[in-house]
Amino acid sequence: MELRKDKKKDALCTAVALAGMFVVLLVMELTMKSTSILFTVLKKGVIYALVAVSMNLLNGFTGLFSLGQAGFMLIGAYTYSILSMPVSVKMGESVYKYYDCAIGIELGIFPSLILAGIIAAVFAALIGLPVLRLKSDYLAIATLGFAEILRAFFQWDAMGPVTNGANVLRQYKDLTKVKIPFTSIPFPPTLFCFLVSGICIAIIVLLINSSYGRAFKAIRDDEIAAEAMGINLFKHKEMSFVISSFFAGISGAMLAMFQYTVQAAQFKTAMTYEILLIVVIGGIGSITGSCIASFLFIACNEWWLRFLDESSNNILGLNILRSGFRKVVFSIIIMIIVLFFSKGIMGEREFSWERIRAFFRDPFGAKSRRAKKAAASEGGES
Amino acid sequence: MSFLQNSLPYILAGISVGGQYALIAIGYTMVYGILRLINFAHGDVFMAAGMFMVFLSASLPLGVAVPLVLLLTVLLGFLIERAAYKPLRSAPRMSVMISAIGVSYLLQNCALYFTGGLAKVYPQLPWLSDTVTIFGAVTKRVTLITPILTLLLVIGLSLFIRYTKVGMAMRAVSKDFETARLMGIKVNSVISMTFIIGSLLAAVGSLLYFTNYASVTPTSGGMPGLKCFVAAVIGGTGTIPRAVLGAILNGICETILKGLGWTTFSDAFTFALLIVILLVKPTGLFGEKATDKV
Repeated sequence: MELRKDKKKDALCTAVALAGMFVVLLVMELTMKSTSILFTVLKKGVIYALVAVSMNLLNGFTGLFSLGQAGFMLIGAYTYSILSMPVSVKMGESVYKYYDCAIGIELGIFPSLILAGIIAAVFAALIGLPVLRLKSDYLAIATLGFAEILRAFFQWDAMGPVTNGANVLRQYKDLTKVKIPFTSIPFPPTLFCFLVSGICIAIIVLLINSSYGRAFKAIRDDEIAAEAMGINLFKHKEMSFVISSFFAGISGAMLAMFQYTVQAAQFKTAMTYEILLIVVIGGIGSITGSCIASFLFIACNEWWLRFLDESSNNILGLNILRSGFRKVVFSIIIMIIVLFFSKGIMGEREFSWERIRAFFRDPFGAKSRRAKKAAASEGGES
Repeated sequence: MSFLQNSLPYILAGISVGGQYALIAIGYTMVYGILRLINFAHGDVFMAAGMFMVFLSASLPLGVAVPLVLLLTVLLGFLIERAAYKPLRSAPRMSVMISAIGVSYLLQNCALYFTGGLAKVYPQLPWLSDTVTIFGAVTKRVTLITPILTLLLVIGLSLFIRYTKVGMAMRAVSKDFETARLMGIKVNSVISMTFIIGSLLAAVGSLLYFTNYASVTPTSGGMPGLKCFVAAVIGGTGTIPRAVLGAILNGICETILKGLGWTTFSDAFTFALLIVILLVKPTGLFGEKATDKV
């Protein structure tokens, strides 16, 4: 009885915290300049949070070491930008310069977003059929290979009428084109990103806490035991792969919205590596960890370490600080985390109010240490 | 004769690229054989060798620069193993692989920092870069030298592994890590030796490869690296001759695809081949029966 009450209280706390976050965001968007770097970091951070969580679903919760995330983001980004591009732009010369666009339809933002996810999921279902029979590092290299194949496929000349070949796609419906429903007032872009990602991440969390999620974890911990317990290995692996790719597709679409332009060349293996590193920094198997890590990663990469790139900050006449130094420092930090803090920020734990309360009751374990000491000295006296 | 004249350059180039891939693939396959680790950083070690050459040859004569490049690359490979893989020896395989990805990221970013993101022009190696004519087909001398050099190195390495004490230790460690340790083999030094040989061959490979391509960028190691690992898997990982055959096959296919004007698909083809082979013949084209890959 006590437990259920606690759970209810925790759920209420979470709801209030989330609502508070959205209100703060809204106020910030209405009062601050929209070009502030803070918003760039928040937007990109939340987009990466979604793809990191989707990768965590595969790597952390199902134990499938897949490196195909960039490929599915690519599908999502392309699907979204092609579908949401106005027909007049498609027929004009400004984007499809060398090809005649074969897609004659234009969809709204939400249908395009959903379709971006669905098409990524369809590709994933097809790719999953052969690939998910492989294990550990072979699965990794095969999924990575598929991502590369997809990238080549999208850049292929024969696909030109659809994908515009290797050229840039632009003038589709980006973040500035999002309107509050039934009005023509622009929707605050950062809030939009947070809403879409938040809903997607919430769905993933619900999935992980469902019986399917427990089956995924069982597969991660021991495949043979899971199979013996009656879990259909292939079905569940395929499911996890498809769902993960669906959300990767949506985050790819949002990345396209955020960037104003899309080009297949951007979605290289390096991108997958970055997402994987975010997952590792946050802790493999922790949703909250992935979210925190993606904001930290993007903030360091785009903002906080910027000063390392400015040669005017050099002291003692040394010419160490120049363009690119930020990335070196950054990758050294990542290596330190990978080597010495391999559990990441959160390990396998999730954020919980219980732990926060415990922290405030006993900050950094100081109280319990004092109590222990007191107990020890008492023991010595008697 | 005209068919020969038209197609010979492609086949020659294919064998040559394949030979260069083979030199890199050996590093992958040896490490994989012993540690069961896809050393994602190996391609970047290969790139780093190219960078060393660019920077060293700017100030030193070639006779000094080339040995120094080999030495530095070997040192780099050795240090990577000691710093990034050794602390994780008892960790799960996935963490070691993540560490390898981290090293790859670090090396690429370092290269980006030192080059300022610009493609660096690779120095002309006087004798290797000369053009020669063979059966009416014009090509660089390096194209002809590569297969011969690769063959010699592979034979040398095979003999080394077969007949020396270190080679025997390597085979033992790759068969069974724990038992080898119980038998008194210094596993750590064997692993270091593997990385040293792998890096040395990657350095030789980079000398040959970049002479053909003429420029080095921070990311120019990534794709060839992955492709070489794939080539090793296609041939069947674990033993060197198979990895070499896989790499050469891969090189020829790639050059033919490029010749047909399908350059976009030259990378993708390798992976497609890999997936087909993993599904149909999981031990690789020339592989043995027993395996636990799939």
